[in-house]
Amino acid sequence: MKLKQLSVFIENRSGRLADVTRLLGENGINMRALSLADTSDFGILRIIVNDVDKAYNILKEENFTVSETEVLAVEVPDIPGGLHSILKILAKDGINVEYMYAFVEKASDKAILVFRLEDTEKAIKTLQKNNIGILTGEQVYNL
Amino acid sequence: MIFNEKEECQKPGERKEVQSERLRKLIARVYERVPFYKKKFNELKLKPEHIKSLDDIEKLPFTVKNDLRDNYPFGLFASPMKDILEIHASSGTTGKPTVVAYTKNDIKLWSVVMARAIACAGGTPNDIIHNAYGYGLFTGGLGIHYGALELGATVVPISSGGTKRALMLMRDFGCTVLTCTPSFALYMAEEALDAGIDPSKTTLKVGIFGAEPWSEGMRREIEKNWNIKATDIYGLSEIIGPGVAQECAGQDGLHVFSDFFYPEVIDPVTGKPVAEGEKGELVFTTLTKEALPLIRYRTGDIVSITNEPCKGCKRTFPRMSKIMGRTDDMLIIRGVNVFPSQIESVLLQVEGAEPHYLIVVDRQHSMDVMEIQVEVNEKIFSDEVKKLEDLAGKIKKEIESVLGIMVSIKLVEPKTIERSLGKAKRVLDKRKI
Repeated sequence: MKLKQLSVFIENRSGRLADVTRLLGENGINMRALSLADTSDFGILRIIVNDVDKAYNILKEENFTVSETEVLAVEVPDIPGGLHSILKILAKDGINVEYMYAFVEKASDKAILVFRLEDTEKAIKTLQKNNIGILTGEQVYNL
Repeated sequence: MIFNEKEECQKPGERKEVQSERLRKLIARVYERVPFYKKKFNELKLKPEHIKSLDDIEKLPFTVKNDLRDNYPFGLFASPMKDILEIHASSGTTGKPTVVAYTKNDIKLWSVVMARAIACAGGTPNDIIHNAYGYGLFTGGLGIHYGALELGATVVPISSGGTKRALMLMRDFGCTVLTCTPSFALYMAEEALDAGIDPSKTTLKVGIFGAEPWSEGMRREIEKNWNIKATDIYGLSEIIGPGVAQECAGQDGLHVFSDFFYPEVIDPVTGKPVAEGEKGELVFTTLTKEALPLIRYRTGDIVSITNEPCKGCKRTFPRMSKIMGRTDDMLIIRGVNVFPSQIESVLLQVEGAEPHYLIVVDRQHSMDVMEIQVEVNEKIFSDEVKKLEDLAGKIKKEIESVLGIMVSIKLVEPKTIERSLGKAKRVLDKRKI
């Protein structure tokens, strides 16, 4: 149900994001989804990749602070109100979203939403109860 | 003017007799009243009667800042609490503050040496003193205050901060003497210009600046901005507070009030005295202090001392140079003593592991600013922005409560702070002092 996202601490100076993307590219890691949270001093890069363990080790070796975070991925129709259909279900059960990001699938009419939630287990139950399809790690890594 | 002409211009030979007599009394007092010193003397098989004159001072053991910490809070006091009128404290090296105390006679002594200092700088009973040193546990504010009262001058206890209002009062009251840290004097000049006041056209004529090291360049800048004579004052709370030494109008070294605070300059490694005029660590013996007498207290400040007659005045005191450095890693930020170990211990509590950090000190708009860069390791990393910001906020709050000054925290990537020989460089001081 849950999938692994890598989170990387990046100082706010030019070229640091490029260092990460270069490392991943050179090592044949393909990014499935990405989001960047930024503050005035630092940023947190959140990525979902095709090979989590390999990417983790590569970044660690280069002294990046990196952690694995469990997130949920949900597929919704790529139509107006698609995201809202999920958020309203979560809100109704009082589940707080820490952060989220979304991307549109290639050659399909679906969009994928990635959620970091305050209570992941509860969210899984809520989503299942409402017949919302949660994507597995394999499904997302191999998109 | 000279506040105590007889004492301040005494022939050095005569002064030595006074100093020797005071030293004998001091040694008898600490031997009898301070177990810490009795034990130290016994270990050296030293009896009070072995100290006959100032020439015997080298037989005496040194006292260091850690001795004050180890005997926190009152262990080194030589007076019972009923005789103690006032207690001050400054931040210590690893959390515990350095505590100092004053009896009625000590307050009188402080008042006298500060009155001497103000007069030495060019102040008189007719002056109005704008005292912008902080009042509180820091000895700066009250030290100047007592001296002004003793001299019979008028003192405005403006304390630090609130500079726009302070500038208005300074102008409206017609203040003639400014007392604060040198960096604050420069900051106030900038604020004055901002507020539409030309600092070179105020009623001020003299400044007494200290509590942090400053250069001749800064002196020229202050003198130009304010159109005053800027003089240097030296002191440390362990010895009395401000009023240990003061420059006269000649601005050629600080007159050390050696009839009360006997100075020595030693090689910090061997502990042996250096030749006159050579630089070394400044050491003081408080010849007459009652509540907290200190024997050969090592200040950590690097200076040189000369006994050459002063060209600027008739005072016969030895004169010390400006502070040329420190023997330890202590930093002085806006007049507050800061040790990297204090920051380290806070980070240790927050992170629970040996932290990697760098203290960056700079001067912006004439004010010292301190940024602490902390490496984000896996242990403290969170992929949620708010948690990292909370962490930075917590570190900031804890450090500020220990140091009593504002700091900014910057989270940085691991291994970005330079390591040398396995031990990280802890301080980057970019100030041009």
